[in-house]
Amino acid sequence: MNTTTIKPKHQRLVLIVLALVALIGAGLLAAYALSKQAAYFYLPSELAAKPPEAGRAVRLGGMVEKGSIRTQADGVTINFIVKDDKARVPVRFSGITPDLFVEGSGVVAEGRMEGTTFVADNLLAKHDEKYVPREMKNMSTAEAKAVIAETK
Amino acid sequence: MIAELGLAVLWMAAALAVLQLVAGALALRPATAHLAGIVRPVAILQGALVAVAFASLIWLFLSTDLSVKLVAENSHSAKPFIFKLAGTWGNHEGSMLMWVTIMSLAGGFVALIEKRLREETLIATLAGQAFVSLGFYAFLLLASNPFTRLAEPAPEGAGLNPLLQDIGLAFHPPTLYVGYVGLSIAFSFAVGALVTRDVGPAFARAMRPWVLGAWIFLTLGITAGSYWAYYTLGWGGWWFWDPVENASLMPWLAATALLHSCSVLAARNALRTWTVMLGVIAFSMSMVGTFLVRSGILTSVHAFAVDPTRGSFILALLAIYIGGALLLFALRANTVTEGARFAVVSRESALVFNNVMLCGILGIVLVGTLYPLLTEAMGVKVSVGPPYFNPVSAVFAIPMMLVMAVGPVLRWREDTGGRITWQIAVPALVTAAALLAVELLFAPINLLPALGLAIAPGLAVASVQPLVGRNLRRTPLPIYGMVIGHLGIAVALFGMASEGAFSTERLAAMNPGDSQQVGPFKVTLQAIGPVAGPNWTALEATVAASYAGAAPTVLNPQARTFANPPGNRTESALLTRWNGQLYAVLGEEGEDGRWQMRFWWKPFVPMIWYGGALVALGGLLALLGRVARDVKRLVATDKIAYRRERQGR
Amino acid sequence: MSDATPKKGPGLAVWLPLGLFAGFLALVIVGLYWPADREVSSAFIGKPLPAFDLPPASDDRPGLATAQFKEGGKPRLLNVFASWCVPCKVEAPQLAALAQQGVEIDGVAIRDRKEDVAGFLAQYGNPFKRIGKDDLSQVQLAIGSSGVPETFVVDGKGIIRYQHIGDIRQEDIPLILRKLAEAQ
Repeated sequence: MNTTTIKPKHQRLVLIVLALVALIGAGLLAAYALSKQAAYFYLPSELAAKPPEAGRAVRLGGMVEKGSIRTQADGVTINFIVKDDKARVPVRFSGITPDLFVEGSGVVAEGRMEGTTFVADNLLAKHDEKYVPREMKNMSTAEAKAVIAETK
Repeated sequence: MIAELGLAVLWMAAALAVLQLVAGALALRPATAHLAGIVRPVAILQGALVAVAFASLIWLFLSTDLSVKLVAENSHSAKPFIFKLAGTWGNHEGSMLMWVTIMSLAGGFVALIEKRLREETLIATLAGQAFVSLGFYAFLLLASNPFTRLAEPAPEGAGLNPLLQDIGLAFHPPTLYVGYVGLSIAFSFAVGALVTRDVGPAFARAMRPWVLGAWIFLTLGITAGSYWAYYTLGWGGWWFWDPVENASLMPWLAATALLHSCSVLAARNALRTWTVMLGVIAFSMSMVGTFLVRSGILTSVHAFAVDPTRGSFILALLAIYIGGALLLFALRANTVTEGARFAVVSRESALVFNNVMLCGILGIVLVGTLYPLLTEAMGVKVSVGPPYFNPVSAVFAIPMMLVMAVGPVLRWREDTGGRITWQIAVPALVTAAALLAVELLFAPINLLPALGLAIAPGLAVASVQPLVGRNLRRTPLPIYGMVIGHLGIAVALFGMASEGAFSTERLAAMNPGDSQQVGPFKVTLQAIGPVAGPNWTALEATVAASYAGAAPTVLNPQARTFANPPGNRTESALLTRWNGQLYAVLGEEGEDGRWQMRFWWKPFVPMIWYGGALVALGGLLALLGRVARDVKRLVATDKIAYRRERQGR
Repeated sequence: MSDATPKKGPGLAVWLPLGLFAGFLALVIVGLYWPADREVSSAFIGKPLPAFDLPPASDDRPGLATAQFKEGGKPRLLNVFASWCVPCKVEAPQLAALAQQGVEIDGVAIRDRKEDVAGFLAQYGNPFKRIGKDDLSQVQLAIGSSGVPETFVVDGKGIIRYQHIGDIRQEDIPLILRKLAEAQ
């Protein structure tokens, strides 16, 4: 009957080994997934110099070039150029732009490279939680989001 | 006067906490054991005093005493009552006072009612609780005194950002605090038990209600926070894996694990060391969460938001308490004798598996949350989002849910698979059928949502199985609690998977009169016009949404502009049906005069939050059942003692 | 098995949580005290101020125009603020202290009303020589500032030399003074 019972002496050891294996497994898995899935932050010049593999999620931060925003015929897709002092990257975005998204201002675009165009899923105008007044800084999730939502 | 009273009382309470710690520590030595008698009364008095201090602060806010700096900075005489009240804890100092208050009240309560533990262990617990409170007293009194007066009363308060005047926001932080503080009690119990080497079922039973209570509040807080983010952010998402959310999720994961290991220890006297360690980890996760949010170390994209002073203080507390407790654990763990044994197939094993998986998810979330910090120290900026968290946590969550379906029907200590063939077969068949249906009917679906849709019905069936064959009227409440809690997980999982699998999105530039098809809905933009609110003006769209040809319902998404302080906010509009939600957002006017509109049809998405509420309800039932039983036992033992006393005479 | 022999005990594994925790502490201490430079610094440093000419935002101070920065002379501070911005109030004593030390400060009030600005200055002091009124955030965006408050060090030739994002705190004053000295 005792085929399913572990030898008494070893039970604690087995549990510890199990926990350690799970922990190490979680660690290795996390390390592997992070190396594949973390979205790196690029400046336009970095993106131009060493583009990420196509389809990999990255973030692109820079200035929206003046006069570069063009709305497509569908009324919801825009093309514009994000630049720094060395490089210019064309960006396409479909969606509702944040209020502070204007030409000449900073922007962080989340998305991926498709050919030479950066396709953004999400735009964050460079006006975010950093301007939360000190008094409001002890915030919970929800409050912090309120302010981010407000300023985005 | 009130402010001075509050401050004086707060100092006295702090002094009592010192006394509680010192007396408690000394009482553990044989030479000074007579000091044990004062620890309980001191703990009760401390709780009462700090409650008076908190009441004073509430009074100051309600009466808008503008000579008090905190009130002047955070309140306004014209604010509605409820926001004056919420203003008490809607700021750093007030929230710290609230934290200490809940903590000390809970400590006093433990001192008042706890009779099961060995006296020494209880004294050690109360000393531990005093030690933890002391850090927060020091933080309050030395670095963030809420009762500071202004040299000259302010003419009017500075008010509060109108966005923060939201009823959900007013009560969301205290909900999480109660959860965190409840875990601090569990922590104190764990430390107390380690100090006296008294890790056993009595310890687990004394700790369990606190863990349960904390866990209920955490569940509610996370569920409410998720819904709030969903309807306010206008992005249609319900969980973003941002650091602030993760900070609230991690204590919940640890508390869930603790809850389950606690029940093993209480019922079977096994998993002793493990439960103690989880007690320490659960509280450390709440402190880590508080630290990550408060210090701004992660949320900020800019050094401006990092507040080294506050961050340092919390970090110091974190280092002392958690480092100290883990050191104590390392020194003592080897002397905790091994608990009762169990077979490979047994309920204990299932719960061990659940614990290990929960800790795996916890580790995954913690690593993902901290990873940007790590790479930043090496000069690389990254962000970690759903592409990491979703699949990696699923690697642990899916096996966990499979075992969760089986665990509750297993017997303690030892069981055989053969006995429960049916209980395994039925959910397995349901899951297989669901998987087949999903694959046949809705073919290309991503792996994770498909698995979720398949597992959820099986898990739901499995959850109610423990009730099969029982006399429902005589089934103890905790069993119902477990059933409903597990069912809630299945319901929430179904909502998540359905949202992931079937959401349809339509983004369009529309003229008034234009229509779009969004899932089963035909939406027509009828008009756009201005509306005015108390402190905002808005553009409001009138959208007629008709479900599969039925009579249309009107939705009014808005784009609001606030006057003072200036700001913009989109106000999404929701249409809830039994089988899902239509979500509408108004964007900007394009150059050609068309309006950007964004719609989502999200089938069964509300089940995510219904599920969360069910989980909390399950916790509540279990808690009620446990407390009722404890009270009964307490009354019974008192009666026996009384009788003995009389007989003795 | 009720004896207290630690035989078959968890052994070294019990130190693991403490070790992991120490790693966590080390990481956040680095993050907290040596934060990586997360500033997206203005692309405008080293560039001349863009051309603008703003009307006065206050009745007792003149408005602000680019030309005034190019008259030569001392470097000046250009402070972007608003009466509705809470950190600006926090920053006011530091600006006053700088003004007292002889630093010339010009202000740009963002999306503000004259009476609110007057109230703000009356309550928190007025360290400004000139205050321009920027109702559309044009100037703010043109000089690469994305929020309030921000402070720029502008040298005698109208070139932007330094951008300070967020409120100036007590401990930032030496830095501002140094940047002003460097801009001489």
